[in-house]
Amino acid sequence: MADIFGVPTSVLLGQLLLGLINGSFYALLSLGLAIIFGMLNVINFSHGAFYMLGGFTAWFMLSTLGFGYWTTLIAAPVAVGIVGAVVERLLLRRLYQMDHLYSLLLTFGIALMLEGLFRHIFGAAGKPYPVPSGLTGGINLGFMFLPVYRAWVIVVSLVICVLTWLAIERTKLGAYLRAATENPALVQAFGINVPLMLTLTYAFCVGLAGFAGALAAPLYQVSPGMGSSLIIVVFAVVVIGGMGSIGGAIFTALALGVIEGLTKTFYPAASSIAVFIVMVLVILIRPSGLFSREA
Amino acid sequence: MNSSTVSSVSSVSAVSGQFRGNIILIAVVGVLMLVAPLLVYPLFLIKILCFVLFAAAFNLVLGYAGLLSFGHAAFFGGAAYITAHAAKVWHLPFELALLAGTTFAALLGLAFGALAIRRHGIYFAMITLALAQMVYFLAVQMPFTGGEDGIQAVPRGYLFGIIDLRNITAMYYTVLGGTAIGLVIVWRAVNSPFGHVLSAIRENETRVTSLGLKPERYKLIAFTLSAALSGFAGSMKAIAFQLASLVDVNWHMSGEVILMTLLGGMGTLIGPIVGASIVVGLEHFLSTSGLPITFIIGLFFVVCVMMFRRGVYGELKLLLERRRS
Repeated sequence: MADIFGVPTSVLLGQLLLGLINGSFYALLSLGLAIIFGMLNVINFSHGAFYMLGGFTAWFMLSTLGFGYWTTLIAAPVAVGIVGAVVERLLLRRLYQMDHLYSLLLTFGIALMLEGLFRHIFGAAGKPYPVPSGLTGGINLGFMFLPVYRAWVIVVSLVICVLTWLAIERTKLGAYLRAATENPALVQAFGINVPLMLTLTYAFCVGLAGFAGALAAPLYQVSPGMGSSLIIVVFAVVVIGGMGSIGGAIFTALALGVIEGLTKTFYPAASSIAVFIVMVLVILIRPSGLFSREA
Repeated sequence: MNSSTVSSVSSVSAVSGQFRGNIILIAVVGVLMLVAPLLVYPLFLIKILCFVLFAAAFNLVLGYAGLLSFGHAAFFGGAAYITAHAAKVWHLPFELALLAGTTFAALLGLAFGALAIRRHGIYFAMITLALAQMVYFLAVQMPFTGGEDGIQAVPRGYLFGIIDLRNITAMYYTVLGGTAIGLVIVWRAVNSPFGHVLSAIRENETRVTSLGLKPERYKLIAFTLSAALSGFAGSMKAIAFQLASLVDVNWHMSGEVILMTLLGGMGTLIGPIVGASIVVGLEHFLSTSGLPITFIIGLFFVVCVMMFRRGVYGELKLLLERRRS
């Protein structure tokens, strides 16, 4: 088998695949963060906690309630979305008029509460989650072995990201959303229920995080700490991409996943800090982020 | 014209009254702290003191410059590692070990500050968090930090080469002195022209620029000073507890110092002192209760942000002022 810089091609491709999977999760989360920031002007620190909540809800539905994988994959995000809607209605809404800082601290507090609660109940160890029967095994592509579930994760994440992007950029509802970002008072004057739209936006984006959690459950074990380690990397991704463009957020997320995968192949010790180093470079060269509209 | 003169005179007398009040308060607290080790377990008091200084240093950037740093654990914990290593492996005397940790934190603060200040508002928080996480990962991986175990059994050494710090009372008074020096530095910085420019930047950065000042430079100095003092607090903690561990560099630590400042009252000198005492006391109480600490800390955050954003000291001050008028 051919080598690239002393690394067997199959190993390299395997790491690239892992990188793309991580990138898919970064994309699902940073997409939600970007939309929430665009619409609500809130940096949602609890996004990682909702990802974890999605994983645990799926695990609970599967192991205790006996739901199937596919039901779980739909039901868990919906449940997380409902929790998100409640949080927006009861807490977050009251802080819109204030400094950004307070909504950041509120969502940070919610993240701590969720993580602390689950750690208290379930302990720090992970819960195993079986790969669904229809998606086990793998395909031998000749140059590498491709596990079906991993391919499924990448495809479904990309499809959802693209659909979300289309919904916002190309549909009438998306046009209302974008208009409400620019001038909520005017949009409200046209008879559109802006507060409801904000609740639904938050619920949808948080639901996306929950979906990512349910999707990730068979790959990584479900554990209380799974969200907080991820959200910090996603923050770095968001800083790199800038939150001005949804397409930019998706592209940056995937690219950084791949960069991380490549680092793992060539210099494993630096893989956990690769994303942060890219962030430092971007801040030095283009402080406003790669796809930012502020320039 | 006349009324404005009157109000300015009355505000001057109010300030001097407040000043007198503060002096009395400081004297009372000072005496209490001097006799405290007779009544309370000294190591617990040392912990409070270290966090008081940490929170006061953090408040310099959050409360006065209006910059929300989510990465102060990197300075606190990073300095703890350097001090512990300097004392244990390099066999540096106590003072030089503290200096090594503090200097490291200052340089790290300068680097982080220079990067993070290039972006505003919410991005500043995210960048500092990400940079601090990088320090955390380095602490996990680098050989000298001891991974999960941390650096244990750090020798305390001797103060000025003569006073044996293995004596817990001597250690307590040393930390008390260090914290007092740190607090005086914060107080001087805030009540100086520099401090007023910082507050002006928080209120209206554009206007400060139009006055011919460079906000970036002020923010960077404040951030570096805050990092150095946080590092000083972390260094003292490492020596007193003879331990530097991953807990000190974890992002939870950055969150905790935010909570201390918020809970006590940001932008006040007394607030962080009150907040740090409450949070450390609370954790001490909770650690034996079997209740989920992280959950309760999170709950405090939510309650603070939703119900009393001025913090305990801020609300108290407002209450007193209302009663007076």
